Amino acid sequence: MKRALALVERDMRKFRRSPALLFASLVLPLVQLVILGNAFGGNIKNVMLGVVNLDHGPESVDVIERVRAVGANARTFLPVDYVDQGVAIGDLRKGELGAVLIIPQHYSRDLLEQHQPRLALITDNTDRSTAGAVDDQMTQLVASINAPQVASREPGQAALDVVEVYPYINYIKYLLPGSVALAIFVMSMIGGGLLFIDDKSRGLHEGYMVTPITKWELILGFNLSGSIKAFIAGETVLVLGAVVADIPNFFEPIRLIELTLMVILTSIALIGMMFFLMARINDPLVPRAIFGVLNTLLFFPSGAVYPIAGFPQWLRWMSAGDPFTYAVHGFRTLLLKDVGISAIGTDVFALALTSTVVLAGATLLFRRTL
Amino acid sequence: MAAPAQSGIAIDVRSISKRFGALEAVDQVSFMVKSGEIFGLLGPNGAGKSTLIRMLTTLVPPTGGTATVAGHDIIHDPNAVRERIGVIPQNMTSDPELTCAENIGIHARLYGITGARRRERTAELLEAVGLSDRANAMASTLSGGMRRRLEIARGLVHDPQILFLDEPTTGLDPVSRVSVWEMVTHLRAQQGRTLLLTTHYMDEADRLCDRVAIVDKGHIVALDTPVALKASVPGASRIELQFDPDLPRGAADLEALPAVKSVRALGSATYRISSDRGPASAQELIDLARAHKLELKSLSVESTSLDDVFLHYTGHGLSEMAEADPQPQRGRA
Repeated sequence: MKRALALVERDMRKFRRSPALLFASLVLPLVQLVILGNAFGGNIKNVMLGVVNLDHGPESVDVIERVRAVGANARTFLPVDYVDQGVAIGDLRKGELGAVLIIPQHYSRDLLEQHQPRLALITDNTDRSTAGAVDDQMTQLVASINAPQVASREPGQAALDVVEVYPYINYIKYLLPGSVALAIFVMSMIGGGLLFIDDKSRGLHEGYMVTPITKWELILGFNLSGSIKAFIAGETVLVLGAVVADIPNFFEPIRLIELTLMVILTSIALIGMMFFLMARINDPLVPRAIFGVLNTLLFFPSGAVYPIAGFPQWLRWMSAGDPFTYAVHGFRTLLLKDVGISAIGTDVFALALTSTVVLAGATLLFRRTL
Repeated sequence: MAAPAQSGIAIDVRSISKRFGALEAVDQVSFMVKSGEIFGLLGPNGAGKSTLIRMLTTLVPPTGGTATVAGHDIIHDPNAVRERIGVIPQNMTSDPELTCAENIGIHARLYGITGARRRERTAELLEAVGLSDRANAMASTLSGGMRRRLEIARGLVHDPQILFLDEPTTGLDPVSRVSVWEMVTHLRAQQGRTLLLTTHYMDEADRLCDRVAIVDKGHIVALDTPVALKASVPGASRIELQFDPDLPRGAADLEALPAVKSVRALGSATYRISSDRGPASAQELIDLARAHKLELKSLSVESTSLDDVFLHYTGHGLSEMAEADPQPQRGRA
């Protein structure tokens, strides 16, 4: 054990001297948190909506007034009047408009005669989010046109009231758990895997292997020092990210302890995984080549940026085998739901199992000779 | 710790072999190193010297045979071997991002030396290798010679019985080489420490080693003291001389001398002689000139070098091999 601490001392001295390493491992997750957190999940506004009125009757004026009311209040779209339908669609194709609403000829007459006239909404479906937002808003608008002016005497209609169990969670809060896991992973890659291979290729390991340090002490030393660095990165992003994302009651002591334990467990699992992957690698180019791919393979299927429920079945299987998934779920549960450690039993078990398996595998693969 | 092994044998190598795929890097090599001896493995890059030293320092497992180092088997008791040896590898293995003191201190901790003893030992070693004033300098800022001295200090941190130095002066400038040589000589003088070094420099082996093993293509082709090795090469001393006037019977007068192996007339009463007796042959030549009342205008004796020995035993020169293969690969030599 004492000899393993020599490796920890070495790594900590080098880590202290290279703030660039800490900076690099923190920058990506924090920038991602701030940029992606604010870029996604907001309400879509100010979509230019071309309005072509081919009717000019009183009911079409009612539609246009309702469209302008949305433009003045919710601002989902801003109406622009067009006379020619072809010009409007041409501008839609050129990207000057986000959607075109066409009020057909005889709309007012058909409505009054109860012939169910049809309004046409043409959307730019290359941008599904914007098209969906305009579609939703227009659907509500048409529903309001169809709503009876006088209360019906027919039996009552069922309604749904949605109550959110937690305070409003914007996307930056949703993304924070993934950013914490990403910070741990980036440090595991740079301060763990990459450093291990670079030291090996520079011959530094040869210097240790001629000393009486045992195989177990070498494995313990490498993993312990890597886990400490990954913990520092994870904990720093956790605290800074929670402040940036304005997580309620974040500094409550019990919750902080639970989150810290989760950072420690995730650090051990991801460093162990890195050590397992690098145990037999000698070429310093290999980790550089695989880390980008590994990041994509582990981060995106984890549910860090999009719910796993929206994945196809094959990707859900991939998520189930991804230790990142359990780290993200555990952090999300503790950060956003604040329900205590009992709610993340599966996550803790999965991460502990991952740690055990990868460390056992790494121990089998690691050779104490050149 | 650096006391001679009780048996008087520090290293006993028995038919050790190492194969890398189809390449037999070391082939059934056997030799013994006595306690307190400086033993050299001399050979070109690729001869198998570094592989041999890596097997003896437990870095590479042999594929055949075994060895005992400081009385412990390298295969069955490698940790006992590691506790008793210091290794200065061919590649610089000190950490460039740590200071000199930290490099030694962390190495001390790897040998279980901690606390005040660690600080004392670090200071002692920095003083011993003349790096006290660079204690807090990063290893990356040191010159090649200083870095090698740091490596030597690191290898001595636990006061080992046996020190392995793998090409300790390769890549160093002449001043640094001499500095390392002095340090090596001093290390043996202290407490009778045993040193095994590899080199492809003839002058280094000649100057430092008590005994030299000439290694070529994974085999030891000759092993003895540098003097005995040189003496084992027949007619290897070359003498060039000029008489005034010429000898009455020319080369025939010289061939009649017992010390002379062969004579070549170079013209103008000048001859090149090869002799087994080296400088001792000069007296016979002087006596010959006196007997014929001739003046000996010039006489030069060129001693046998280890290069001649190497050429004699392997059929090729060491320098030409070194030039042909200047960069050893990691894991092989």
